[in-house]
Amino acid sequence: MGSVVSFTILGLFTGAAYAIAASGLVLTYTTTRVFNIAHGALGMVMSFVFWDFSQRQGMPVWLALVLVLGVVAPATGWAIQRFVTRGLGDGPVSVALVVTVGLLVGCIGLATQVWPPATRVLPPFFNGSGFQVASTYVTAHQLITVLLAGVVALLLYLLLTKTQIGTAMRASVDNPELLRLFGGKPDRVAGMAWAIGTSLAALGGILLTPVIGLSYYDLTLLVINAYAAAMLGRLRSLPLTLAGAMGLGILQSFAVAYLPSDGLLSGIRSAMPALFLFAVIVLTPQAQLRIGQVKGVVSAPLPSRAKQLGAGAGLLTLVALLATSLPDDALLLVGTAATYAMVMLSLVLLTGYGGHVSLAQFTFAGVGALVYAKLGEPTLSGLVVAALVAAAVGAIVAVPVLRLTGLYLALSTLAFGLLMDKMIFQAEFAFGTNNSLQAERLSILGTSFSSLGGYVLIMTVFLVLMALVLLALRRGALGRLLIAMRDSPAACGTLGLDTRWFRVGLFALSAGMAGFAGGLFAGMRGTIGASDFQVLSSLPLLLLAVVFGVTSVTGAVLGGVGLTLLPVLQSSNPAFAGLIFAVVGFGAVALGRDPNGLANRLFTLGRTLRPRLPAARRTADVPEPDEVTEEVPAHVAS
Amino acid sequence: MSLLEVDDVVVRFGGVTAVDHASFAAEQGRVTGLIGPNGAGKTTCFDVISGLRRPTTGRVGFDGRDVTAISVHRRARRGMGRTFQRLEAFGSLSVADNVRAAVDIHRGLTGIAVPWRRSRTAQVGALLDRVGLSAYAADRADAIPTGIARLLELARCLAADPALLLLDEPSSGLNESETEAFGRLLRDLAAEGKGILMVEHDMDLVMSVCDEIHVLDFGSVIASGTPSHIRDNPAVQRAYLGQADTGQVA
Amino acid sequence: MVVPMLEVVGLHAAYGRIEVLRGVDLAVPKGAVVALLGPNGAGKSTLIKCISGLHTPTSGDLHLAGVHVQDAGADELARLGLCTIPEGRAVFPNLTVEENLRLISYAGVAADAVIDVAFSYFPRLRERRSQLAGTLSGGEQQMLAMSRALASDPALLLLDELSMGLAPLIVDELYETVAGIAASGVSILCIEQFADTALRVADYVAVMSGGRVVATGEPAEIRDSMVDVILGGAA
Repeated sequence: MGSVVSFTILGLFTGAAYAIAASGLVLTYTTTRVFNIAHGALGMVMSFVFWDFSQRQGMPVWLALVLVLGVVAPATGWAIQRFVTRGLGDGPVSVALVVTVGLLVGCIGLATQVWPPATRVLPPFFNGSGFQVASTYVTAHQLITVLLAGVVALLLYLLLTKTQIGTAMRASVDNPELLRLFGGKPDRVAGMAWAIGTSLAALGGILLTPVIGLSYYDLTLLVINAYAAAMLGRLRSLPLTLAGAMGLGILQSFAVAYLPSDGLLSGIRSAMPALFLFAVIVLTPQAQLRIGQVKGVVSAPLPSRAKQLGAGAGLLTLVALLATSLPDDALLLVGTAATYAMVMLSLVLLTGYGGHVSLAQFTFAGVGALVYAKLGEPTLSGLVVAALVAAAVGAIVAVPVLRLTGLYLALSTLAFGLLMDKMIFQAEFAFGTNNSLQAERLSILGTSFSSLGGYVLIMTVFLVLMALVLLALRRGALGRLLIAMRDSPAACGTLGLDTRWFRVGLFALSAGMAGFAGGLFAGMRGTIGASDFQVLSSLPLLLLAVVFGVTSVTGAVLGGVGLTLLPVLQSSNPAFAGLIFAVVGFGAVALGRDPNGLANRLFTLGRTLRPRLPAARRTADVPEPDEVTEEVPAHVAS
Repeated sequence: MSLLEVDDVVVRFGGVTAVDHASFAAEQGRVTGLIGPNGAGKTTCFDVISGLRRPTTGRVGFDGRDVTAISVHRRARRGMGRTFQRLEAFGSLSVADNVRAAVDIHRGLTGIAVPWRRSRTAQVGALLDRVGLSAYAADRADAIPTGIARLLELARCLAADPALLLLDEPSSGLNESETEAFGRLLRDLAAEGKGILMVEHDMDLVMSVCDEIHVLDFGSVIASGTPSHIRDNPAVQRAYLGQADTGQVA
Repeated sequence: MVVPMLEVVGLHAAYGRIEVLRGVDLAVPKGAVVALLGPNGAGKSTLIKCISGLHTPTSGDLHLAGVHVQDAGADELARLGLCTIPEGRAVFPNLTVEENLRLISYAGVAADAVIDVAFSYFPRLRERRSQLAGTLSGGEQQMLAMSRALASDPALLLLDELSMGLAPLIVDELYETVAGIAASGVSILCIEQFADTALRVADYVAVMSGGRVVATGEPAEIRDSMVDVILGGAA
């Protein structure tokens, strides 16, 4: 009996910390309609700052707390709203997602740079004191956390209902345009909301740190817990968010207490937030197709067929040359780049053409790799099965969120990636824990490509084929439908397209492409493990895809090379490893608003330079003239 | 039995009753007008008919079946086409590709998998020609004038050869001669046997092409009848002109 | 020559690449009520959006009381004495009546004074002061919206389709308030689809069509041709 009480108290404590963080998330999302994926990451950075102030510099705890919560965090939040996320709420969800993912990665990079990995301890408040309640010992830190959650809830209530700025915040949720007509300043309101929201993220992080440790990733992933709690209130209602946070905390605590600590169920403990989230999403009612002014998007131009084939042949020749001349460790990098480029092609389809964001594309690659290795059939059909299973898994992720809109789909992929990380990939029946699942090299029609050079060349062949198929799809009916769906789902629906299943199909196709790449990757490496497919590596993948251009094949290939070189660059400059990560993250923040990315700038440069080169002609770049263009007077037929 | 039957439909959202026990019908081979002041609930009715919004209570019957609980795309596949008051053209695609996408959707998976490009191109050309958009075929849909974009939405609908066309303010943005030609097109479509239900503010057009008119005010049908009947109905004039002495107008 | 309260010269505006206003010229003299009529899609609401600072015109000039205000934001203009009541329900539905009124004080009037004025004009609002604005009837919501025009003593009042979706009796009541505001010397520009209602309170009428002002004049001059525009062949 006593244990139930003590685990409830433990659950209330974590729940209270989640509640604090989650209310900050709700506040920023409702007032600016920008979902801050970096919410947890900001809490993480602020916890490090707090550690730095209170432990390293030896400030009194109260002073450090006041400085972090009252100055550093609000200033950071305000600055982010002012310079990073302003105006994102009116644009496509995918852009806001990419920018805040950039912020997340940038925060992790910044933290690793400023506070390189080391053992750091942040003691709980009033360490050692506590008191006995019946048979349970409650620490002062736990009590303070629960009390603070109450205080935060009360203060937020007072702020939102009793003050002018709080009333303006709620008015801004209803109708920011009208608020401006009232003479209010939605921007100031938004800055205020982000300042408070970041402070709450900081407080949540600081309270949890003594329990979960000062870690770059665990605190960053706090956003999933906060999001899961906030989903109960549909990201709007603060009371429901508090209830969700408390419920989640208690569920998690009971999972730790009563579920077996080994076997499949052991993973549930850490995957509880993700499971909770899926449960809430499945119970959320259907969203209506949105009708609104349609804005066209200018995409990167499609290359002509001759150009596609030429570029493919060029790439193959290059890799063939490299295959005969490079040592094995460098060849592994080339193969890795090809893998990454293929995974990025799957993002070109999903994000670049379709406008949806996946935050767990590597997880699908991992599913492909896992199936390929477990199947033990290193043939083309084995590879195809691996891709099909990954596609099916992708569909399964998309189905629960069928009824919801883009943001939820993207966040569900993050939760799903986490779920796979914690529950499946590390399990004995999957990769196991020691990174040593064996996979054989592929053989096609009896020809085995056992040499690394040959295998890398084959990977490149698949990359080129995948790119050509993708471009053919884009140019054909499917490509048109993708654009049509992105521009106006409502019109597609009324024209007879089943928009929900179309989205599932798109997601499955994209996951299948990633799975295919994963299978090839497993064959190249020979041994693979869960660490190759961590969900958090999917975030730099998405960022580099966007930075290099997620709307074009060129962008994907460049991005693949970039993503491969990133760890190389980091290990050769260990002192700047974090900085490099931060540059990628903040680079995406800067470039995330233009999904055509660097690749498109290259194209533009190419177009401006070409007329000056005598032999070349411009015709290759013009989209294929397959439209009907007869000149007929613009009158209604009679 | 009518092609479309809206039966006692009520739509409430956020305490506001947008449609209040509305009942009306549209017949095959006829042009039916749905008119009324701004905010009378016309577009909401269209959303309910096309399936974008579930009614709070009431029933929508189409082609002899109850479609109230059926999804948007299934209604479209059963022969309902609609255009939007606030345009929903695919802005990033060319005008021709807008129609081509509609043709693809209508042909379904087999149409996508077996692309006989030539026959599709011919069909797209014919559709554009029919609404008079051939000259705009290569323009991006976000760069054409509003009136033209409305015609484009109509061409898109026609790709599926629907039995019922729901047109939400189709003529706004067209000039006088274009509107006249558009009226002829509507009569032609009706003569081919299509049912047309049209929300429209251009009363000249409504009075000249509609066979029957329903007048919506505060979400309820306050009058139904032929154009001449509606024109002389004092309740209609009150709804349109406010509570002024309508004697001067009639 | 007295400087008009509002002067619009050669105003062009577009959504994306689609031009909606094609050179609008319009003036609202000091203390006058100008009704802006015209068919749907003529660009009336876009014009109001441009004047109120919510939409940036592509070219042309806007003068408020003789001052060139082209680049001012909507919130700045509001604090300078421009009161805009936009189309639809111009209230915050999830705020109480009283909170809606308190927000009016952003325009520079003390909150208590605002509430006093509002409740003295519309006693019904007092009964519902702690009710959410979204649960009010359409007419009550418009009264709440009009309270802003009454309490903030604006230099220029912009009204967009005040009567939309309201019963004629309530429309009359609202327009009595408009007439009262006009009598206190406030210049008003109002878009109205109920031609007769608007013509009764207006000093001048401007008719828009195809993104331009195609006719201006006094109500009596415009009245005959207007019926055509509104009810078409029904007249």
